[in-house]
This record gives sequence, structure tokens and C-alpha cells, in this order.
Amino acid sequence: MAGSPSRHTTEPGVTGDDNPQDSESTGFAGWLDARLPVISAFRNEYIRFPMPRSLNALWTVGAMLTVVLVLMLLSGLALAMNYTPTAAGAFASVEAIERRLPAGWLLRSMHMTGASLFLAALYVHLFRGLYYGSYKAPREILWIIGVALLAMVMVTAFAGYVLPWGQMSYWGADVAGKAVGAVPGIGPFLERLFLGGDQPGDVTLHHLFVLHFTLAFGIVGVVGLHVAALHVAGPGNPTGIPAKEPEQTLPFHPYFTVKDGLGLVVFAILFAAVLFFLPGLISEPENYRPANPMHTPTDIEPEWYFLPFYGILQSIPSKFGGLVVSVGAILLLFLTPWLDTSPIRSARNRPVYRIGMIALVVAFVLLGFAGKHHVEGAWLYVGQLATLYYYLHFLVLMPLVSRRENAALAYGSALRVGDAP
Amino acid sequence: MTALRHRSATAIALVAAGILIAGGQNAHAEPPSHDPAPHQQWSFDGPLGNFDLASVQRGYTVYAEICSTCHGMQHVHFGDLAGTGLTAAQAQAIAASHKIPDGIGSDGKPALRAATADDAFPTPPVAQGLIPGAVIPPDQSRLAEVYPGGPDRIYALLTGYGPPPPGVTPPPGLFYNRFAQARAIAMPPPLSDDAVEYPDGTKATTEQEARDVTTFLAWVAQPHLAERHRTGVRVMIYLVFLGVLLFVLKRRLWSNVY
Repeated sequence: MAGSPSRHTTEPGVTGDDNPQDSESTGFAGWLDARLPVISAFRNEYIRFPMPRSLNALWTVGAMLTVVLVLMLLSGLALAMNYTPTAAGAFASVEAIERRLPAGWLLRSMHMTGASLFLAALYVHLFRGLYYGSYKAPREILWIIGVALLAMVMVTAFAGYVLPWGQMSYWGADVAGKAVGAVPGIGPFLERLFLGGDQPGDVTLHHLFVLHFTLAFGIVGVVGLHVAALHVAGPGNPTGIPAKEPEQTLPFHPYFTVKDGLGLVVFAILFAAVLFFLPGLISEPENYRPANPMHTPTDIEPEWYFLPFYGILQSIPSKFGGLVVSVGAILLLFLTPWLDTSPIRSARNRPVYRIGMIALVVAFVLLGFAGKHHVEGAWLYVGQLATLYYYLHFLVLMPLVSRRENAALAYGSALRVGDAP
Repeated sequence: MTALRHRSATAIALVAAGILIAGGQNAHAEPPSHDPAPHQQWSFDGPLGNFDLASVQRGYTVYAEICSTCHGMQHVHFGDLAGTGLTAAQAQAIAASHKIPDGIGSDGKPALRAATADDAFPTPPVAQGLIPGAVIPPDQSRLAEVYPGGPDRIYALLTGYGPPPPGVTPPPGLFYNRFAQARAIAMPPPLSDDAVEYPDGTKATTEQEARDVTTFLAWVAQPHLAERHRTGVRVMIYLVFLGVLLFVLKRRLWSNVY
């Protein structure tokens, strides 16, 4: 059923071998496949699967994320086996991992670099989806699962950052506890539940260790759903027009295995450069001081990947308001398929939306800088303007542009109908 | 029993280190009140830096004979010294020359035993906060990484003592040092010419001692730095080679697509 390569006649030596033969339906493979069609499913989904040939490099980021997730799980398991989740032992156990566990420094560097670059790739993946309208029918569920993954990854990353129990870990947990405590009514109860006391301690660390571990495997499961949904609808493409089969598609293997493979190696080079030569980019020296409840660091700052949301949090003068608006920034993403109702998918074909998307990326980056500067001085106005734009983009620009485009399309088709007779 | 004592000692040391960090950090909140530390050439500088292990070993001599009288280094074990280029037997011999607490002896008094390669460097009483009224010296396990200004500032601090300029009197109990926070520090000048005798015959000037001990502290803060850089070069060569192959393969496979 899946399309075979439309132009493979010129080089049979390259593509001819990759056409699976039906001989696999006999023997053990055939016996297994008749009972559990893993072999034919793999063949259909990862060998013959028709992929739009117009995909650009941004469509290789999904493969990068999958591989980093596996790396995070494996390195995380090895780290967890040598980690002590107690306030008294956590810092020393991480020191022992870095100093004495064979290749422990490498495991931990991989896990730290992986966390940073996972979030970086996730943001690229997210903005790619927004730019090319990947959330539109029939991919709404695929999109919602993706945004849920973003939220899960952020919680997991936060929980993981607290585990080494350095100064930033401790005070990060403190800030998170206070943010939860700002919820009216049940806030103080939730804060106590999360911290397990008045301030971060043993119970907090235990909560976050279990949360980190559990969510990591939860993410793997939800990624499975994400990929399953992707294989139902098929990938979108930069043109926004569904690829015609078979002339505009190519089989997954070998065309996209080699393309994703090349993307992965380029990503791995970046990964290795950060891990081996520039670890200062992703590590915070203050977190190599053990947690000290009696001393607040002068500059409590989350990891870079939380800075845009931290910027929103601080741009709003009210504590609870800031919490609502920064959480709302994620919740808005869930609603995107119903805020943007235009049938035109790709921003390439939507000049106004395209400018809006560029402004959204600029606003997001500016929010990060505002967060880094604690919205002091002029950064307060930058942060507030960027927050305002972020919301306007989703709540005003998307519906307005959609209405205009829908009206134009209706007019266009009315003209054609009128011309017909 | 021993475990309990060890845990409480660790807790005390953590609190102690914290108090000192607290002091340092509060001062840090004020505008810079010390001379900027000039940049030094270090063997471990840059993305391909390596450790001058002879300097690291001399630095250990300075640490062992001078710094460790007051400063702890609780996350470092004697066996870790093998990373400075010593053999396991030499590290073991260094360990054996230290006596560490070993619970309560049969006579009911605190007992001591020779340390082994698996024991951490002992934390002196003052660093545990056991000396009333004394300023608690910070733990040095990660000092080169967490100290504001890093190795340059540590070197500048160690060589920055001198008579205060006219009209300046450091607060009682503190020493004038133009690189210290507020130009005053509780640590008495630790180094002097010939304060240690180097086994390799290097002349032990104050500057040489400061340079060596700073290199040692940088090694302690990142003991796997050289290995990390070495591994990185190999990984990069492999990945670039693989990338070129995949690039050629991709071009070839896609060449019949139009």
C-alpha cells in the first residue's frame, strides 16, 4: 500500500535492495508476523513509509529528540544507581560520581548536556510546528500530545536540577515552592505537600527524585503515542500542501534514514562540543556549593531553558498573576489548533502570520533575556511588552488572520463557482 | 556509631562552609571593593587545556603542609591523588601518613587509625567549626570553580598581601589584601619563600608556591578536565569522519531524486 520510490529505476544498486521481499512471510518471521505483526509494521512504518520529499532540515529534529531521550534514560539510570536521594547525602554522592565512579564524570556531563540540548531541540521542534502549521487538521492530537510532552519535560528537567542539592538546586526548589504557595486558597497546603515541610529538605528531595524518575518513563510512553499519531496522519511538510502519493513522496528508508542520520551526526558534533570543550555554557558554578538553607544566593536564576517563562513570571507585578500568566503561556499552546482556523498551513503562504511568527520568536528570546536580567530597569518594559505580544499573537493575531484568510478563500471559491456556468 | 559521628561531622562541616560562604556572598552584593585579579597563563586554560602534573604534585605539597592545617577538602579521597600522576602505592603511602578518627577505642577514648586510599582528606577542627569565634575556612573541593574570579583571583589573593596604604587600617583580626573582598581577609598570609621544600628541587618562592597550589586547586575542582579534553578530540574526529561519510552517502542516495 505504501508507495515505493517513484524514481528508483536509474540506480537499482542503491535502492533495489531495500524493497523488502515477501519471502519473509515464511519461517519464524512469518510465524511471528502472523501472530504479532511487528515485522510488517516496522516495514510499513520505517522502511516503506511515504515521506514528503519537500521536508527540510527542521524535520530531522524529531529524530534528534528521540535519540537524546534514550541517552538521558540510559545515563540517568546509571546515575540513579549511584545517587543518594537525601539532603545529607545527595551532594556528596554527586561529587563521588564525578570524582570516583568510572566514567562518572562522562555520565553526568552527558546527562547535563543532554538536558540542555533536549530542551533546545524541543523549542526548535515547537517553533517549527507553529511556523509550518503542524497543529492543523488532521494533526490536532499529535500537537496536543507534543505540548503535553513539553510540559512533562519541563517538570522533569526542574526536578532533575534539584537532585544534586547544590545552592541553585535548593533555592530553585524554594522559589518553586513559593510559586505554588501563591495559589489562593489551597496554595499554602500545596506548598507544604510539595516541600514536605516549611522549607526544602529530605522530603522535597525524595518527592522530586521519584517525580524525575517516573516522569522520565512517562515521557517515553507519551513519545510512543506522539510517534503513533504521527504515523497515522503522516508528517506535514514545509509547503503546507499535503504531498501527493507517490510522486511527491519517498520511502522512509533509505532516503530519510540517511537524512535523519546526517542530522543526528551534526547534532552529535554540537553535543560533543558542549560536553567536552564548553561545559561552562550549560553549568552553573554556584550549584557546586552544597545547599545552604541559611544563605540565599544573590542571584537565583533558573537554567536558560526556563528563562522565557521566568521572564513572564517576573514581568507580572502580582505573584499569583505571574504564575497564571507563565503557566498560561504553555496552556495557550494546547488551544492553538482552535485559535488558528485557517486551512492554510505553512507560514510560507501566509505573509501576515509569517511576520507574526518571527515576532513571536523575537518576543520569546527577549523574554529569556528579561528573565536573565530579573526584569530590572528597562528589561521590565521589554518583558511586559514581550509577554503582551506572546498573548496577542495567539489570542488576537491567529483568529484575525484566520478570519481574513477564510473570508478570502470563501470569496475565491465563490468567484470560481460564479464563473463556472 | 561511627557512621553517626561521620554524618554529624559532615553536617557540621556543611553548615560551617555555609556560614563562610554566607559571609563572602554578603560582601559580594556590594560594589567591587578589591583590585581586579590580573589574568595568568595556566596550563589548564582554554578548551584544550591540560594539567601540568608536576605543578599539581608540588601544589599538593603546599596544600598538605600549609592549606590543610585549616581548610577541608571533604569530597576528595587519598586514592584520587593517583590522578595527579602518582602510583596507587604512592597515594596509599600518603594516606597511611595521616591519622584519622576511628570511633572509640577500648580505653573509652577517641581512637585514631592510619588513613587508607578510600578515606576522604580529613577536615581540620577549625573547618568543622569546632573552634569558637574563629572564622570558618571554606572547603576547597570545588573552590577553584565556585570562588568568584576563579584561579586568577586565588593566585592574586595568595600573592596580594602587603602593608596597607597610609590611612587604611584593616579591621581587627583581618589582614590587608588588595584582592580580598573589602581588601581585608581573615586568612593570615599563608605562603612565604621556602615555606615548603619541593621534592623535585624546584625553588620554592612565594609566587611558585601560589602558582602550584592554584594549579592543584584547579585540578581538584575538575580532576577529569584533561581526560575530558582528550576524549573530546577523539570523539570529534570520529564524528566529523562519520558526518562526511553520511553527507556523501546522502548526496549519492538523493542524487536520483528531482
